[in-house]
Amino acid sequence: MRAFTRLQGIAVPLMRSNIDTDAIIPKQFLKSIKRSGFGKNLFDDWRYLDTGEPGQDVSERQPDPEFVLNQGRYRGAEVLLAGENFGCGSSREHAVWALDDYGIRAVIAPDFADIFHNNSFKSGLLPIRLEKTIVEQLAKECETSEGYQLSIDLEAQTVTTPGGEVFAFEVDAFRKDCLLNGLDDIELTLQQRTRIKDYESRRRESAPWLFSVPQLEPDAGEQ
Amino acid sequence: MPGKTLYDKVWDAHIVNQQEDGTVLLYIDRHLVHEVTSPQAFEGLQIAGRKPWRTGSMLAVADHNVPTQGRDQGIADPVSRLQVETLDANCATFGVTEFRMNDLRQGIVHVIGPEQGATLPGMTVVCGDSHTSTHGAFGALAFGIGTSEVEHVMATQTILQKKAKNMLVSVDGQVGPGVTAKDIVLAVIGRIGTAGGNGCTIEFGGDAIRALSMEGRMTVCNMSIEAGARAGMIGVDQTTVDYLKERPFAPRGEMFAQAEAAWLDLKSDADAHFDEVVHIDAASIEPQVTWGTSPEMVTGVGGAVPDPVSLEQAKVEGARRALEYMDLEPATPMKDIKLDRVFIGSCTNSRIEDLRAAAAVIGDRRVADSVKQAMVVPGSGLVKLQAEEEGLDKIFINAGFEWRDPGCSMCLAMNADRLEAGERCASTSNRNFEGRQGQGGRTHLVSPAMAAAAALAGHFVDVRTF
Ligand code: SF4
Repeated sequence: MRAFTRLQGIAVPLMRSNIDTDAIIPKQFLKSIKRSGFGKNLFDDWRYLDTGEPGQDVSERQPDPEFVLNQGRYRGAEVLLAGENFGCGSSREHAVWALDDYGIRAVIAPDFADIFHNNSFKSGLLPIRLEKTIVEQLAKECETSEGYQLSIDLEAQTVTTPGGEVFAFEVDAFRKDCLLNGLDDIELTLQQRTRIKDYESRRRESAPWLFSVPQLEPDAGEQ
Repeated sequence: MPGKTLYDKVWDAHIVNQQEDGTVLLYIDRHLVHEVTSPQAFEGLQIAGRKPWRTGSMLAVADHNVPTQGRDQGIADPVSRLQVETLDANCATFGVTEFRMNDLRQGIVHVIGPEQGATLPGMTVVCGDSHTSTHGAFGALAFGIGTSEVEHVMATQTILQKKAKNMLVSVDGQVGPGVTAKDIVLAVIGRIGTAGGNGCTIEFGGDAIRALSMEGRMTVCNMSIEAGARAGMIGVDQTTVDYLKERPFAPRGEMFAQAEAAWLDLKSDADAHFDEVVHIDAASIEPQVTWGTSPEMVTGVGGAVPDPVSLEQAKVEGARRALEYMDLEPATPMKDIKLDRVFIGSCTNSRIEDLRAAAAVIGDRRVADSVKQAMVVPGSGLVKLQAEEEGLDKIFINAGFEWRDPGCSMCLAMNADRLEAGERCASTSNRNFEGRQGQGGRTHLVSPAMAAAAALAGHFVDVRTF
């Protein structure tokens, strides 16, 4: 996994609440069997005036000039400011991949839907919870001053505004460590192989039905 | 020591290791897999040269992309076809049990798990799909995970988790006639909001929940995620045990008896502590209809579209946007809302009892001429077969409904079944988000009986007096 330590980047405000993962990356793009290439369809329904289909040449599409990401001043944004309950809905990690592929490295919101929050850490996208009033303040500052950049320091757990105001945020110690060092979860867990095996053999004794595998017909036949 | 909640019990029984900051390595008993969120995980395994830890814990099925008609001709959309073929190939390579598209047992992953007895009380169940919460109806701890976590579970049979808070939603008393599990859960979400359960595992209790069949309980737990809770759970009782007897993946004989004794303990202790408790009076619940683009934007069928200004401050802007998207005016009675399409299906409401309830409303009546399309998509091949044995398909077809093959279908419109921009649909699914059933499409969530009645009338009606 890519490490996250420090970041200074342009912020873009999208202050709606309950932005769901269907909105972040509409379902027609989930048919891909890859992890990359989702950035061009990030917020597709909001970003373009025409209907998006997989495999289209984006340069031929009509961007909606009203939508924030299409405004020149936010080009290259790396920090997304959003409303409450960001990332609710479907568990699709494609939402994180789309943000990441677009270039967003951190999302700041009053709170996040749980699965999205988990998924973000897996791809090195940092979800930051700040008080609603603070996120609103940042969004306002962002709208009024072009080129507004936020500095994020994961080690220190702070967000700093161009005016020098500093806001602290919380993050789980374990997740922070993984993110700072770009550690691979699976490798870490496999170091506990013996513990997992021990647990498993205890359970096989106490609850054997959890381990019985039915002898199924390979195929019940055509419908 | 205070007693334990159901969630505490199942959680504690699965701890492999706990770190200082509270992060727990949790053992996973059942891993359900579908074609959309697994290809990158299988690829990750392959690249790292790893194998699944325990293929016996896995059960795979293609459901999101599959066509619901003309299956003998294969999948027309090449991108969908590749995704389904990729699942077939991965399952074959790694030796994972899969119900392929033309297998009679194929269906929506959350329908087939319980139907096969692959979901058992006290299990931890995961799937790369947020509606995994469905399986909590069995007193299992079941939640949706992302693709990286899918890979983690495949490789290690565990997941890294922090414990959530305990929330109890008690639905007290009994619901009136014509009020279903779907109405209960929509009313709960209307009350606590789509973020109301954030950070919690919700246990559903109370007499109205106890009175539900397993299928009704699945409907309730299915939508826990729509209330922000990653998992919903219901304590085990005789209803649970009876449902599981003789199911293919469930234990048999002696082992069933042993399991049953353990299962019946899976309920919250009387003195268990809940961080939050919500009481809802069942008798006050009317058949529900959503009016907006979030499941919390819901009201009784006798109600009207609210005026955004009348809502609490934080909800005004969202409601305005929703009404604009839905093309609805404040104060419009729900019964005046006319429909273009009706969809009966999805992991929320596509089981046999749902189809029976819809068919019972229809009788020998016909779909209104103004409705362009009404379709029924059974949750699995076995549900479809059962319905046909009961003659339900005839009732639907005679009324003018299309009778399709099982899959997710118009719940998320990844296959060919979708709304056109501007079309309005009564749907038994679980999400009314913008564009969920097709870009520009407008979704109203209802129960199967309410959807059937709406199809016949061409607009919403109160199923209790229809
Ligand atoms: S039926 Fe709908 S909600 Fe259920 S698994 Fe399929 S797409 Fe998801």
